[in-house]
Amino acid sequence: MPENEQISADELGAALAALTRRSFGKLTAALYRVTGNFQLAEDCLQDAIESALTHWARTGLPKSPEGWLLQVGRRKAIDRIRRDKNFQRKSDDLSRLMMLDQEEMAMADAPPIPDERLALIFTCCHPAIDRHVAVALTLRSVCGLTTGEIARAFLVSEDAMAQRLVRARRKISLAGIGFEIPAPDHWPARLRAVLETVYLTFNEGYSTTSGENAIRAPLCEEAIRLGRLIGQLQPETAEIEGLLALMLLTHGRASARCSADGHFVPLDLQDRSAWDRTMMAEGEALLTTALERKQPGPFQYQAAIAACHDQAADFPSTDWQQIVLLYDGLHAMTGNPIHLLNRAVAFSQLEEPEAALALIDSLDDELGLYQPFHAARADVLRRAGRSNDATNAYRRAIELSGNDSDRDFLERRIAEMRGQIN
Amino acid sequence: MKFIALIYSAPDAGPAPNTPEFGAFMAGYGAATETYKKDGVMLAGEGLQGTDTATTVRVRNGKVETMDGPFAETKEQLGGFYLFDCTDLDAAIRYAAMIPTAEHGSVEVRPVMNY
Repeated sequence: MPENEQISADELGAALAALTRRSFGKLTAALYRVTGNFQLAEDCLQDAIESALTHWARTGLPKSPEGWLLQVGRRKAIDRIRRDKNFQRKSDDLSRLMMLDQEEMAMADAPPIPDERLALIFTCCHPAIDRHVAVALTLRSVCGLTTGEIARAFLVSEDAMAQRLVRARRKISLAGIGFEIPAPDHWPARLRAVLETVYLTFNEGYSTTSGENAIRAPLCEEAIRLGRLIGQLQPETAEIEGLLALMLLTHGRASARCSADGHFVPLDLQDRSAWDRTMMAEGEALLTTALERKQPGPFQYQAAIAACHDQAADFPSTDWQQIVLLYDGLHAMTGNPIHLLNRAVAFSQLEEPEAALALIDSLDDELGLYQPFHAARADVLRRAGRSNDATNAYRRAIELSGNDSDRDFLERRIAEMRGQIN
Repeated sequence: MKFIALIYSAPDAGPAPNTPEFGAFMAGYGAATETYKKDGVMLAGEGLQGTDTATTVRVRNGKVETMDGPFAETKEQLGGFYLFDCTDLDAAIRYAAMIPTAEHGSVEVRPVMNY
């Protein structure tokens, strides 16, 4: 869009939202690099975004909106550090301020912004930060998810999540956590947290917690991109390859997972000819390479399960026996009850649904607040012919659903089931 | 950046004095301290006498009150500390992990406030 062209408030809002979503991590990382303070970096970015709303409404979009936001963010940082009445006592703040001023003058032509998201992820995922908080912080700071979306993903209130993020940023600022890709001797302890973060980011995109769409592909692609980048930095590591394989093997189904009218389509109803076989082949090749390293890990197990689904010509011919075995191995490694739930669902395809139901019901204490638990239970009840119980379970899953697409899908399942009965 | 490593353990945990294990334990402290000095990160480090030797001091309404023993009973007690000057938390964690008591007690790493 040319400069100095007025745009409507709606267009501006949409353009800015898209830009924020796309560039949030890059800009946060760049501002963190110069301010050395997490909270300050985010506050300045928010200031810059607010400025953009009023400024761009008058002038139209600038040539480089990203560069504009960074430049204004830097100025806001200078203002904020100057306004801080203690800054004169703090020599490091003072030298930062001078550095900012010099860079400011040199920035007549906005240079390309270096991509420091990986360093930012390692900072957010430092082992000294609670793991769940680290995941939330990465989703917020690197991926630009809102606090509300993250709160729903972790089944806590938005206020509680906001407080968690404030505490985490404070700790990073004060605790001496560096803004670096860690040295080799710190690498293993910090890698696991990063991989889990990347995978949760992928899942956030794949089964998004709020809004109207079943999939937010850019988030999945962001996670895949980060997975590739980590793989380049630390080659020949089985779990990094396993995670990337898992994401590719799963994301290859993305276009079949969402109908033309935006509805979620479950695996058993997907048009398998619409699957991205190129992406899946890359995932399978990566998985094979990873498995040959004989360093088993949870992501390789999950990738192997995804590969079983991808290889099946249709849903009934899926190798459920193999999937049940893989879930056994996965659960032995993680102890995660969600893996037992998935095992029970696979088991229900092998045996009478009633037998699987007993396994599922035994997980109620641990997974009673987890939406997929009720959705899975409802499906098995439906297949067992217990339509009243199934309806109640679908209703509970609908209550716990964070997005319209999931709700619509579950409502349709109830309607279809009732249709068959009448 | 300065970090203090506060060393905590339960009184009955860890190797008992006059055992070979205790000798190895103390040698571990010697080796750790040598590493800190060699790397140029050690500002200070001391071990403390037991909490049964402690005196708690409070001033209330201008009057000094003393109490025998620690103010609050806790299972794990402060037994010593190191003060490091190192680049970042990763380095501080690595040095703290060399403290032999970390194997049965715990070491709390805190950045020192910068005034």
